[in-house]
Amino acid sequence: MNRDALHLHQVSLAIEGRTLFAPLDLVIESGECVTLMGPSGCGKSTLLDFIAGTLDPVFTASGTVSIGEAPLDGLAPEHRRVGILFQDDLLFPHLSVGGNLAFALPAQVHGRAARQTRIESALAEAELSGFAQRDPATLSGGQRARVALMRTLLAEPRALLLDEPFNRLDAQLRGDFRAFVISHARERGLPILLVTHDEADAAAVGGRVIRLA
Amino acid sequence: MGTALHEVEHAAGQADPTRAPQRGVFVWAPAITVAVFLVPIAAGLLGTLAPAFGYLPAIGGTEWTLAPWRALFAYPGFSTSLTLTLVTAALATLGSVVIALGACAYLQGSAWARRVGAFIAPLLAMPHAALAIGFAFMILPSGWIARIISPWLTAWVVPPDVLTVGHPSGLPIVGSLLMKEVPYLLLMTLGALNQVPAREHTRIAQSLGYGRVVAWFKIVLPQVYPQIRLPVYAVLSFSLSVVDVALILGPNNPPTLAVLAVRWFADPDTTRYFLGAAAALLLFLLVGTAVGLWLVVESLLARLGRGWIEGGRRNSVTLPVAASASATLAGLFALAAATIAGLIVWSFAQTWRFPAALPQGLSFTNWEHQATSLLGPALTTLAVGLASTLIALVLTLACLEHEAHLSARRSARARGAQVLWLIYLPLLVPQVAFLFGTQVLLVRLGFDATLAAVIWAHLIFVLPYMFLSLADPWRAFDTRYTRTALALGSSPWRVLLRVKLPILLRPLLIGCAVAFAVSVGQYLPTLFAGSGRVATLTTEAVTLSGGADRRVIGTWALTQAALPWVGYLLAALVPAILFVRRRALRP
Repeated sequence: MNRDALHLHQVSLAIEGRTLFAPLDLVIESGECVTLMGPSGCGKSTLLDFIAGTLDPVFTASGTVSIGEAPLDGLAPEHRRVGILFQDDLLFPHLSVGGNLAFALPAQVHGRAARQTRIESALAEAELSGFAQRDPATLSGGQRARVALMRTLLAEPRALLLDEPFNRLDAQLRGDFRAFVISHARERGLPILLVTHDEADAAAVGGRVIRLA
Repeated sequence: MGTALHEVEHAAGQADPTRAPQRGVFVWAPAITVAVFLVPIAAGLLGTLAPAFGYLPAIGGTEWTLAPWRALFAYPGFSTSLTLTLVTAALATLGSVVIALGACAYLQGSAWARRVGAFIAPLLAMPHAALAIGFAFMILPSGWIARIISPWLTAWVVPPDVLTVGHPSGLPIVGSLLMKEVPYLLLMTLGALNQVPAREHTRIAQSLGYGRVVAWFKIVLPQVYPQIRLPVYAVLSFSLSVVDVALILGPNNPPTLAVLAVRWFADPDTTRYFLGAAAALLLFLLVGTAVGLWLVVESLLARLGRGWIEGGRRNSVTLPVAASASATLAGLFALAAATIAGLIVWSFAQTWRFPAALPQGLSFTNWEHQATSLLGPALTTLAVGLASTLIALVLTLACLEHEAHLSARRSARARGAQVLWLIYLPLLVPQVAFLFGTQVLLVRLGFDATLAAVIWAHLIFVLPYMFLSLADPWRAFDTRYTRTALALGSSPWRVLLRVKLPILLRPLLIGCAVAFAVSVGQYLPTLFAGSGRVATLTTEAVTLSGGADRRVIGTWALTQAALPWVGYLLAALVPAILFVRRRALRP
C-alpha cells in the first residue's frame, strides 16, 4: 500500500521559448485522483511525459517532481516507478496475455509457481480468469484495456498517470473501465493524474479538476 | 473513337473505383518476372548438379559417378578451405547481426539513429570489390595504417615482413564483409522498425521499470525479427559464397571453397569442371545446412527467450553488449571512411614511398594514364547497369500495379509475404552454385559472351532489390489519390503517370539507385555470362587487384565506386529539386 503523494513544484514547460502553461504547483495525495483538462496543444500529455521522464528533448522543463520525499528529477524513466496508461492499450503482440503480465511482474517474485499465482490472481481481479494463454489480439477492447491496467499495476508503481485511456472505448465500456481503473488504483493508494478532454470523465472520477489554459 | 474508349474507361473507373487503373494489362507481369530469375536459377542448379556427378557429355562426361566428390575430398587443401569458408562466414554473419541489432537497441531514438542513414548510404552503394580493394590498401604491410604509424611508433623504414592480406585466418575477408553487411542489416532493421510501434512499446516497458536497451531486446526485437530473417539468411549465404572479396583479401592456397570452385571452372583443363561443379554443389548444400541450423537456433532462442522475457528481470547483459556493438559500429564507419579516403589518395598519388604518411604530391597523372583503358569498361558497366535497372523497373512496376489491381480482393500484405521467399531466392542461393550451369545453357544457346547475356545475369540479382525497395512504398500508397484522379475523369494511364509515379518518385529513384549499384557490383555473373570476355569495371578491378600498381588499382576501384554514388546522389537530388516547394514530398 502506497502512502506517498505526488508533488509537482513550480513545474513549467516551454517549446522554442514559448511557455505552455504558468508554473504549476500540485500535490496529489495517496489514493486521490486529479483531472487535468485543457484544449489540445496546451501541454497536458507533455506534462505526463515530463513526470514519467520521457519528455521529448524539443521541450524545456523547469520545476521539480517528487513522490513522497524522493525527487524524480534526473532519474531514468525505468527507475521512477511511475505507471502510465495510454489511449492504446499497447499490449505486446508477441506475448500471451499472461506473458504481458509476467513481463511486468518484478523478478523478486521468484519461482514459476509463485509467479503464476500472482498472474492468475491479477487476471481474476480483471475478471479474466483462465485467459493467461490467450493471444491478446483475440481479446475485446474492454478486456485488453483491463489487461493493460493489470500489467501496469503488477510493476508496483508509486503513482499512476492516465493519458486519455478511456477515449477508445464506447460509452458503456468507458464508464465501467473508468470505475475499474480508479477503484484499483485507489485500493493501492496511488496518486492518480488523469488527462482528458471529456467533461464526463472529470465528473465521474470526482475530485479536483485543473484546467490548463 | 478515342473519346468513346475514354468514356468506357471512365465509366469502369466509377463502377469499381478501388481497383488499380491498368485492369488486366499487367496480368503477365508476375509470371514473366518470376521466370526471369527462376528459370536461370533452376536450370543453372541442374546444370551444376549433373557435372557434380560426372555427367556433362559436351566435355566427355557420359557416366554418372561419384568421382568428382572423391576428387574434391582428396584435394590437398580441401579441409583447410572448408574450415576457412565456414569460419569466415560464421564470424561475418554473427558479427554483423550482433553489431547491427546491438547498435539499433543502443542508439534508438537518439540523434545518431536519425543520422545513421547518411552514414550507411555511401557504404551500401559501394561495390564489395572496391571496398575490399580499399581495405587491402589499408591493412597491407605497406598499407596506409602501417604508413601512418611508421616510423615514429614502429621504427619501420621498410614494410614489415608479415602477412595481412591473404592471411590464412581469413580475417581480412571478415572485416571487409562486416563493413558492407552491417549497414545492410541496419537498413533492413530500421525499415522493419517503422512497421511496429517501437517507441510506444519502449515507453511502456520503461514505465514498467525496464531500461531502453533491455526493453528493445525483450519487446521490440521479437516483433521486428520476422522481417529481418530473410536478409539475415541472405547475409549468411553471401558470406559463405562470396568470391570477389575472397579473391582480393583471402588466402591463395587454398582459398575459400567458392574461389576454388571458380578457379576450377576457369581451368583450361575442362575435366576440372567436374571438380568445380562438386565444390559448387557442396557450397549450395552448406548454405542450405547453415540456414537450417540458423532456423533451429532461432526457434531454440525464441523458446529460451520467452522465459527470459517473462522472468521479470530488469537488468541484463544486453546493455554492455549493445554499447560495445555501437562502439564497434563507430569503428567500422571510421574504418570505411578511411578506406574510401585511402582509395582517393592512392588514385591521385604521384610518388609515395614507404613510410611517408602521405604521397609526395597529388596529380591527375594516374587518371590521365588510365582514362583510355577505363572508358570502355566504364561504358559497359554503365550500359549493363542502366539496362538491367530499367528492365527491372518495368517488371517490378508491372507486378506491383497488377497486385494493386488484385488487392481489392485479397490482402496485399498476405500476398507479399507469400512470394517473399521467392523474391529472396537469388540472394539465398549461392551464385557459384548455379552460374556455371547457366553458362553451359548460354553456350548451348550460342548466347554467351554477349552484352544481353550479361544484362540478363545481372537482372537476376537486380530484380529482387528493385522489388524489395519499391514494394513497401507501393503498398503503402494511399489509393484515395488514384480514386480521386479517376473520379476527375483522368484515364488510368494518366493517373499512373501524372499522379502515382510523381508522388512515389523518391522511392522509385531510390529503388533505381539501389538496383544500379547492385548491377555495378556484380562480379561472378559478369564473369560467367560474359565468358570472361565482357569487361566491366568490377571484373577489371578484381583482376588488377592481383598485382598492379596501387595507383592504377585505385583509379579503377574508385571509378567502380563512383558510379553507384552518382546514382544515389541523383536519387536524392532530383526529387529535392523538383519538390523544393512541396513540403509533403520532401523526406
